[in-house]
Amino acid sequence: MTQQLVEELFIKYFHNPILDSQLDSAMLSLKAGRWAMTTDSFVVKPVFFPGGDIGKLSVCGTINDLAVMGAAPLYLTCSFIIEEGFDIGDLEIIVQSMNSTARKDGLTIVAGDTKVVERGYCDGVYITTTGLGIVPNWINYSPSAMQVEDRVIITAPPGAHGLSVFAARNNLGVDPPPQSDCASLFSLIEPLNSLEVRCMRDPTRGGLAAVLNELAVKGKKGIKIDESLIPIDSTVAYLMELLGLEPYQLANEGAAVIIVSKKDAERALEILRGHPLGRKASIIGKITAEIPGQVLMVTYLGTERIMQMPSGVIIPRIC
Amino acid sequence: MVNRAAISQLAQKISGKVSYPVRIMEVCGTHTMNIARFGIKQLLPPGIKLISGPGCPVCVTEESDIDLIQELARIAGVTVFTFGDLYRIPGSEGSLEKLNGEGADVRITVSPLEAVHYAEQNPAREVVFIAIGFETTAPVAAVMIDLVRKKGIKNFSVLSFHKRIPPVLMELVREDSNYIDGFLLPGHVSTVIGTDEYQPLAKIWSKPGVVTGFEPEDILQGIYAILEQISEKSCRIEIQYKRGVNKEGVPLAREYMSNYFEFCDASWRGLGVISESGLAIRKKFRDFDGFYRFSLGNRIIKRAPITTCSCGEILRGVKVPCECLLFGSVCKPDNPVGPCMVSSEGSCAASYNYPSRYEDPSIMKG
Repeated sequence: MTQQLVEELFIKYFHNPILDSQLDSAMLSLKAGRWAMTTDSFVVKPVFFPGGDIGKLSVCGTINDLAVMGAAPLYLTCSFIIEEGFDIGDLEIIVQSMNSTARKDGLTIVAGDTKVVERGYCDGVYITTTGLGIVPNWINYSPSAMQVEDRVIITAPPGAHGLSVFAARNNLGVDPPPQSDCASLFSLIEPLNSLEVRCMRDPTRGGLAAVLNELAVKGKKGIKIDESLIPIDSTVAYLMELLGLEPYQLANEGAAVIIVSKKDAERALEILRGHPLGRKASIIGKITAEIPGQVLMVTYLGTERIMQMPSGVIIPRIC
Repeated sequence: MVNRAAISQLAQKISGKVSYPVRIMEVCGTHTMNIARFGIKQLLPPGIKLISGPGCPVCVTEESDIDLIQELARIAGVTVFTFGDLYRIPGSEGSLEKLNGEGADVRITVSPLEAVHYAEQNPAREVVFIAIGFETTAPVAAVMIDLVRKKGIKNFSVLSFHKRIPPVLMELVREDSNYIDGFLLPGHVSTVIGTDEYQPLAKIWSKPGVVTGFEPEDILQGIYAILEQISEKSCRIEIQYKRGVNKEGVPLAREYMSNYFEFCDASWRGLGVISESGLAIRKKFRDFDGFYRFSLGNRIIKRAPITTCSCGEILRGVKVPCECLLFGSVCKPDNPVGPCMVSSEGSCAASYNYPSRYEDPSIMKG
């Protein structure tokens, strides 16, 4: 795999006036305002999983980090670390999938870099993406804005991505294999920006349990959720039962947890459910003054238990 | 899905049955997990104390057995297949996970058959499946050996740490016959072995035993059935989990088990050596026995606990997890000291992952 070949591949798919000029830096003319910027590295194994691949994931992951801050994603850079001997055909599929995912949301890939390392020094391909998006001036999402009685919404059943990767890594032999929910959330949650949203998060590593615990700690409030209101994906539920696990600690890559005022909660739900990615959206609980910093779950039986911050490795390298 | 009305009715019936303290041991790790996960203790009157038993296969694995597996994994040319939980349990020199970082070939699998396929495709490797578990998984190991024999695969063996549930229960009541008033017997083990082997619990030791399913409603029904036996002063082995268990078990599975395995003494973490409580591969199939093949010596190595963790007492039901000095501070799921914190069925992991805000350690000590 020569450097030149790789670069030609990127230009072939990602081409746009900014990238095509091939300068040392991308030159952007940005309008005044507030900009959100984020960066993330992707090392998922396997590189191809049911429902996506590392390319799609690396673009969606960064779009989603921008979108949950209320930003409209506009520009992306990407950096590849490729293991010597990695299949060029596979790389092309990955690049194609990055391209189509980015273009769908009007995102321009403006800069990139490639390094090829000796065999054994990386596992196939690693991708780092950095995203830049503009945030409307009235938006200031933060857990500290959470108020008692605000509602907690999850836009999709928990755990689909984590389970998909787990099944693929462990040859669970389930047919059809569980699909990742890997998707860009921008078009799903952008319409909520006109409502009284306090903050949003995408439950990736550590899943719903990690996100709720982080929100509770950062917002210094308690969160009380009702297990029976959490949407379920039947495949995920079945396999989780079999493995003796709960889906709340497994990652999503196409879901958001949204804290919204009680007043706007139903409206938010209605908007979400009108979108293909949000059909199973549900209000699962609320913010409370009790138990600040903790998450309390009312179980199916009506008993209560603390939902812990996940700890320990459940599934390595899912994103 | 759970029927909340039925659950609260059952809980009321249970409350009506208890007039004095009762200690019930849930033998199986899956019971322990679901009791914690669904907050079932909150539904029970204070007089009932649920004690977690030794039915988590990973938890009862001796530290010296982990050392033995490591000794095996260090042999050049050996590929070890193991279940995920076992992978992370610390032995006296670290875990198998750590060993993998040092060049050993230890693989996690959820399907033992994967190990057989790997052996078939890699004839130059010595493939060893680490078989832990109870009578539930032992037939699977037997079927694997059968398959390997029939296929003529020469580079595959099983290192069996399989254990039997009935002997350990007898041992618990023999040690202290007053400590436990009744047993929630394991569902899946009993699916295979049926109920005959539990009879001495009722007949000799006068302990009620109810083979119980894993849904919250099953568990509450099992508890109620034990209370009924106690109040009638009659002790017998009952089956609550009728949809999964019958008296005879599964004859074919038992046949496979007895074709390939024989009883042997086995050492249980925290409990010591219990006579005839293990399953060793029969001598005539010793080519498939990892102990023989790699000269791993005596199955039972003297016990020398090196940690200050209380897994042993927790496994005997004498302590609850939060009474261990290390629980939640030094010992957590991401840095487990003892196996009860590693295994997804371990009682420490259950207490850590599914804490209840109502659980006061002083009540639990009973």
